[in-house]
Amino acid sequence: MGAARVLMIEDEPEIRRFVRMALESEGLEVFEAATLQRGLIDSATRRPELVVLDLGLPDGDGLDFIREFRGWSQAPVLVLSAREGEERKVQALDAGADDYLVKPFGVAELLARVRVQLRRHGVGGGDADPVFRFGDVAVNRSLRTVSRAGEELHLTPIEYRLLQELTHAPGRVLTHRHLLKAVWGPGHAEDVHYVRVHMANLRKKIEADPNRPQWLVTEAGVGYRLKT
Amino acid sequence: MTDLRPDPDALLAKVQLEEVAARRGRLKIFFGANAGVGKTFAMLAAAHGAQRQGRAVCVGVVETHGRADTEGIARDLPRLPLQDVVHRGQTLREFDLDAALAWGREQPGGVLLLDELAHSNAPGSRHAKRWQDAQELREAGVEVWTTLNVQHLESLNDVVGGITGIRVWETLPDKVFDGADEVVVVDLPPDELLQRLKEGKVYLPAQAERAAKNFFRKGNLLALRELALRRTADRVDGQMQAYRREHMDLGRGSVWPNRESLLACVGPGGNGDKVVRSAARLAQQLGLDWHAVHVQTARALSEPARQRVQRTLELAQSLGARTAELSAPEVAPALVGYAREHNLARLVVGRRERAWRWPGRPSLAEALNQLADEMDVLQVALPKTAREPEPRARRPRGLLAPQALRGYAAALAGVALTTAVASTLLRFMVPTNIAMLYLLNVVGVALRFGRAPAAVAALLGVAAFDFVFVEPRWSFAVGDAQYLVTFAVLLLVGLVIGQLAAGLQAQARAAQERERRVRGLYAMSRDLGAALVPEQVAEIATRFLRAEFGVASAVLAPPLGATPGREVLAVLPVSGSASAQPDLGVAQWAFDHGQAAGQGTDTLPASPCLMLPLTAPMRLRGVLAVEGQVGDRKRRWTPEQRELLDTCAALLAISLERIHYIEVAQHSTLQIESERLRNSLLTAISHDLRTPLAALVGLADALKLTPLQAQQAEVADAMRRSALRMSALVSNLLDMARLQSGTVHLNRQWLPLQEVVGSALASVHEALAGRDVAVDLPAELPLVELDAVLIERVLVNLLENAAKYSAGAIRITARAAGRQLEIDVSDAGPGFPAGREARLFDKFERGDRESATPGVGLGLAIAKAIVEAHDGRISAHNAATGGACVRIELPLGQPPA
Repeated sequence: MGAARVLMIEDEPEIRRFVRMALESEGLEVFEAATLQRGLIDSATRRPELVVLDLGLPDGDGLDFIREFRGWSQAPVLVLSAREGEERKVQALDAGADDYLVKPFGVAELLARVRVQLRRHGVGGGDADPVFRFGDVAVNRSLRTVSRAGEELHLTPIEYRLLQELTHAPGRVLTHRHLLKAVWGPGHAEDVHYVRVHMANLRKKIEADPNRPQWLVTEAGVGYRLKT
Repeated sequence: MTDLRPDPDALLAKVQLEEVAARRGRLKIFFGANAGVGKTFAMLAAAHGAQRQGRAVCVGVVETHGRADTEGIARDLPRLPLQDVVHRGQTLREFDLDAALAWGREQPGGVLLLDELAHSNAPGSRHAKRWQDAQELREAGVEVWTTLNVQHLESLNDVVGGITGIRVWETLPDKVFDGADEVVVVDLPPDELLQRLKEGKVYLPAQAERAAKNFFRKGNLLALRELALRRTADRVDGQMQAYRREHMDLGRGSVWPNRESLLACVGPGGNGDKVVRSAARLAQQLGLDWHAVHVQTARALSEPARQRVQRTLELAQSLGARTAELSAPEVAPALVGYAREHNLARLVVGRRERAWRWPGRPSLAEALNQLADEMDVLQVALPKTAREPEPRARRPRGLLAPQALRGYAAALAGVALTTAVASTLLRFMVPTNIAMLYLLNVVGVALRFGRAPAAVAALLGVAAFDFVFVEPRWSFAVGDAQYLVTFAVLLLVGLVIGQLAAGLQAQARAAQERERRVRGLYAMSRDLGAALVPEQVAEIATRFLRAEFGVASAVLAPPLGATPGREVLAVLPVSGSASAQPDLGVAQWAFDHGQAAGQGTDTLPASPCLMLPLTAPMRLRGVLAVEGQVGDRKRRWTPEQRELLDTCAALLAISLERIHYIEVAQHSTLQIESERLRNSLLTAISHDLRTPLAALVGLADALKLTPLQAQQAEVADAMRRSALRMSALVSNLLDMARLQSGTVHLNRQWLPLQEVVGSALASVHEALAGRDVAVDLPAELPLVELDAVLIERVLVNLLENAAKYSAGAIRITARAAGRQLEIDVSDAGPGFPAGREARLFDKFERGDRESATPGVGLGLAIAKAIVEAHDGRISAHNAATGGACVRIELPLGQPPA
């Protein structure tokens, strides 16, 4: 298997430098672009398997890149963003980004996220194996059953659908709106508290300590992630 | 009227009534047939019962009339002190409304006892009547218990007077009685009451004893008892009907009757009160709305008659009617027009047996029947005995006024002049034609000076004609008997055309007056349209009122940006010294209650100014204060004047509101602009500072990817840590700047607290370095409305502090306490330095100044700013078991379903 190609679109040369060092140390092939224009051209010609994208670019909005890029590619997009501005993160995720990293971030954090995204895509969806496992929890997607440490859990239909949606995209941050649409349908886009209440119930059943969740992690102000 | 849907206005009115009722304190009336049945005793006994159940009870005022048992039972209850009101050198002890309101604020849900609801307050008190005091107390949420005798009810007043022969002057509008939440009938059979009276248990003041002896006859007592019981039954019946209206199926038409109502026609005679009371009783029995209207014709009323009409209309208003004064040449068409306009199907008029009537001229009832045969005309018999002296009886004073005297002088001079001219013309004219000249004189006098001088001119004219021109001349004797006919016709024609001409003139004058006022109002509204600041509005208003009435006035408004509900009025300054100096207390009352107050109203009528609230569509905008008429302080405003003042007040209110919104719009544009600037500045700074820091952190990390010696790796680590700390510091500073500028918009959402605590714990995972954190969140905590990101920040800051300043376990606990959510973050460390708990939340404040623990002391300041942006509180204390504890209190709202 040849080295995976990563396209990094970032205007700050020092950040480009260390991200390249980090990714190359992982054995990935890295292409750099300093502008949105350049990034779009490279994304088409280099056919990257992962894009690392800074949202604040000098010549345009990173969101535009994501929308454009999603037009022809399903490769994961990892967004680099400032600490505040949850709204921007949500917009990026809703536009099709897969995850985000808040600056400043360390090499270890970056590599962990990159690995998750590449692995997820390498598997090509979990359809091959109907049983999805995390920790001591097993979700059997063909039998629609969930068990923890071998013991079957009783989930309500909504809780199951929530869990199912998360297991479809492990490691990916799913926004509240995404989950509402997927589980409740398009008519409920404003009732975010439904998601929160059912997620709390789901945690009580799945997590060892629902106050400090290990798997169903909250991304404050953004959504939820199934950590794997 | 095929529309069977519930009237939206009626539904809205009901909703509003319910809203008002929910806030209002309850009113409980202990109702009796007459004095001595034990109402006060029953009320006090009930108050004891309430007190035993733990309710706060207080006596506002109680008349024990020296009865021993009543005094005994009243002694045990707390009592408000009475206040001294000085009136004409006499000191009267009166109920202290302000003390009662203050008590009500201290004791929410308390019961205040207020004896004798129909009592009239001493002049100079805030309200004329005690029931108004009760009303204000109820608005303030205080429950009021009170007593009432049947003869004090306004609508029964004349009935009782008719039965007992004793009129009571202290009356209570029926709407107050009907609006009471509970009526307790205190009943005592007449025989027992008489027995009590005989035994001296019912104390009677000496001066009233004889009157009372007449009053306490068995027949009277029986009749009063029946009245009281029947009135209570009516009230229950009314409640039953209201209940049916409320609970019947909305689709069925029969329970939504067409809006039928009554119109009481108030004439200028003395019997208006009787008509009004009859109409009120009828309306009440039938459950109808009603109106009372007086038609002002060309015939000028004497001042006493005017006042009587006005009093009658006020009475009607207090009995629940809508009132109006119409100005029209004829009574009947005006009434019919009004009735049609307001959809009133029944007219109530008085019927009086007149001694004589102009032949062919129908009575009012007949005229009404001819004009509108679809309406019912109900005639109320007016007994002759009830007839008060005609207004004319008091004419002489008016007739001797300087203005009138000038008229008579003019009449005299006119007759003299006519005689002089006629005598020069005598050669060319027969005497009969000379009579015509006298008629001309009558018309002239009538047009210029009105009715009475015209009549005088007619009389004098006839006399002069006889004396000077009729043979034998220079004598009143008449040679030719046919001249007697000439005299009679001359006199009659003179009187009639004099009356007609004067009437026309009066109407023309009234029309001119109206036109002038409309022009004045129009000019004022045009000026107001151009006003840009409240002071200009005040100036235009004072100018208009000075021109219109010649009185000083002032506009009072709350200062800009005052909190609604706690606004203090101030006079808007007007250039020049034309502004009145109103009593701010009265103005404030009018503003707080949204009701007119001061001169000519029921509230604080002793004030020299009339205060009109300026009610704009959105809310009250201020108060218009108008000084009394110059030189005639006691005079009340006539209805037309009041109408004009009200129109003026409405125009002012709209202008003030318009100006308010212009200011709001300008202000918000400015704010948006400066906010945008500030935000772009902060974003730029944060980007420029953070990007190199982010690069530093990453590069230090990347350095470790290369093979390094142990020492070099350490340096790389230290670089990374320093860069991270620097980054955190920059974040804190920028956050503080954002929070302080007040431009942070909370993204509040309903969420379980567990979620925020969980994400906060995940964020500080590294800083906690494996420390034990005990989380105790009750499962039944309700959802809270928070900005998850910001509250997570608060918790992260608190947890980091706890980790930094203590070793050992950290605890997070939460509980719902009433309408508050309390979150405690505590540790087992040394605790906060004593006495500095409050200052911890100041900027750049650190627990221990010389400590080697890193940080600049922004964490708690940021936490405080965030919590306060959520309308919450944050406080620090040392736990009894040692260790520091920070408590966050957040308001719990009503979570969505």
